[in-house]
Amino acid sequence: MFVYMDHTATTPTSPEVLKAMMPYFSENFGNPSSVYSFSKASRAAIEKARGQVAHALNADPSEIFFTGSGTEADNWALNGTLEKAKRLGKNHLITTQIEHHAILHTAEFLKNFEGVEVTYLPVDSEGFVKVQDVRDAITDKTALVSVMFANNEVGTIEPITEIGALCREKKIPFHTDAVQAAAHLNIDVKAMNIDMLSMSAHKMYGPKGVGALYLRRGMRPENFIHGGAQEKGRRASTENIAGIVGFGEAMEILKGRLDEDKAINSARRDKLIAGILERIPHAKLNGATGDKRLPNNINFSFIGVEGETLLLDLDAKGISASTGSACSSESLDPSHVLLALGLKHEMAHGSLRFTIGRLTTDEQIDYVLEVLPEIVARRREMSPLWEDYLKSVG
Amino acid sequence: MALDYSKKVMDHFINPRNVGEIDNADGVGEAGNPKCGDIMKIYLKVNPDTKIIEDVKFKTFGCASAIASSSMATELIKGRTIEEAWDLTNSAVAEALDGLPPIKMHCSVLAEEAIHTAINDYRAKHGMGVIPMEHHED
Repeated sequence: MFVYMDHTATTPTSPEVLKAMMPYFSENFGNPSSVYSFSKASRAAIEKARGQVAHALNADPSEIFFTGSGTEADNWALNGTLEKAKRLGKNHLITTQIEHHAILHTAEFLKNFEGVEVTYLPVDSEGFVKVQDVRDAITDKTALVSVMFANNEVGTIEPITEIGALCREKKIPFHTDAVQAAAHLNIDVKAMNIDMLSMSAHKMYGPKGVGALYLRRGMRPENFIHGGAQEKGRRASTENIAGIVGFGEAMEILKGRLDEDKAINSARRDKLIAGILERIPHAKLNGATGDKRLPNNINFSFIGVEGETLLLDLDAKGISASTGSACSSESLDPSHVLLALGLKHEMAHGSLRFTIGRLTTDEQIDYVLEVLPEIVARRREMSPLWEDYLKSVG
Repeated sequence: MALDYSKKVMDHFINPRNVGEIDNADGVGEAGNPKCGDIMKIYLKVNPDTKIIEDVKFKTFGCASAIASSSMATELIKGRTIEEAWDLTNSAVAEALDGLPPIKMHCSVLAEEAIHTAINDYRAKHGMGVIPMEHHED
């Protein structure tokens, strides 16, 4: 059985989306910037997609700017806003310890090369940022608050509406990285007080290589990509027409089935979580529960075993999953997210993430519950850490 | 994660040799720490006359290459004298596995250190001098 449970890493482009994209490779290939009538179709296709994305977020189409990725949208929002703020004498960025590297490494860049002061807000044991902490961190130098909508590793959904309201009150721009959240949750940028929001198409059954930044009317970060006058002079580069069309289509389809998907995913998620807790002793769920957790995220730590071994054992059984262990990265440190939640290093090294989605079936959930306990038990059996742990708990 | 392990690493990871513990082992050694995500524990049974390692077992917490390195290292020292076993280098372990990815070389170092610690434990218990341990940078 092939079981793909890494939908947070990426999703397959859905057949309907691919079909919508196809005419924009070899047939309607015209450069949207060209004057002749042949290029009209390309321009129209982009504007249709802009409308589809805007509609899903309750935004105005003029507020959607297509980018090459969610990462680019994050880079633009942070760099562009801080660059602009410099002239007003503001150089302070507030973000969190659990952001994606697209935010964290951009913040590091700004700190190291642009003299920006960065506050990394802590989170509680379930991964929640406290609104009061945001309030306390704001100074008269604060140029931007950027808090992710939902965490990619543990699925915790942050109090975005409340943080947005606080930023409105303080007249500070508020950005949120919604790359994961937009694939699973209803987002209303107006009701949620969001000024800037990053998204990516390939997390929602669209193609790779296209993202978007929502910029509320009036938000004018400095440009990040310089060149031609595309995207109303805000983001240069000849448009990835097929990709943009795919994004629009994917977003419309997603929105149409979101509530139904949410219910199905949440039920399967909770079944997998309950099954693991029941069948594997000393398993620890990482992150929040219920409505405060992304409907497709399951993240556990198994004391005594290391994540990479679990991934390879699962792979041998046809299951694709993910880990926050250092062994999956280039450093010796495990996931910064799990450490921020207060996990000990050995627990963070022993983390395992399943993210379900449209490819998931009930049979697959049962299959994972059938093979995982044996895998964990076998690897624990050969672990000195497990032996020590058992002695310590008696 | 995009590490490509050799067939030998995968073989020793999926079916590790000499896993377990030895009751009343003659020498026990441990290397690594949970913070880095690797701990290796080696148990030795040594013939008192010949000083030949008659049995060796290991327990390891760590990634695939740590488990494979432990498994391979135990195979390489089984049937050798403690003097010969001391000379087993981490690069010999890595070579026997048909190589490890560069960022995983520390796993083979861990195997060498665990064996050295176990041999020194044996030597200390048997009135032989403890050999100073080299500490690798990696």
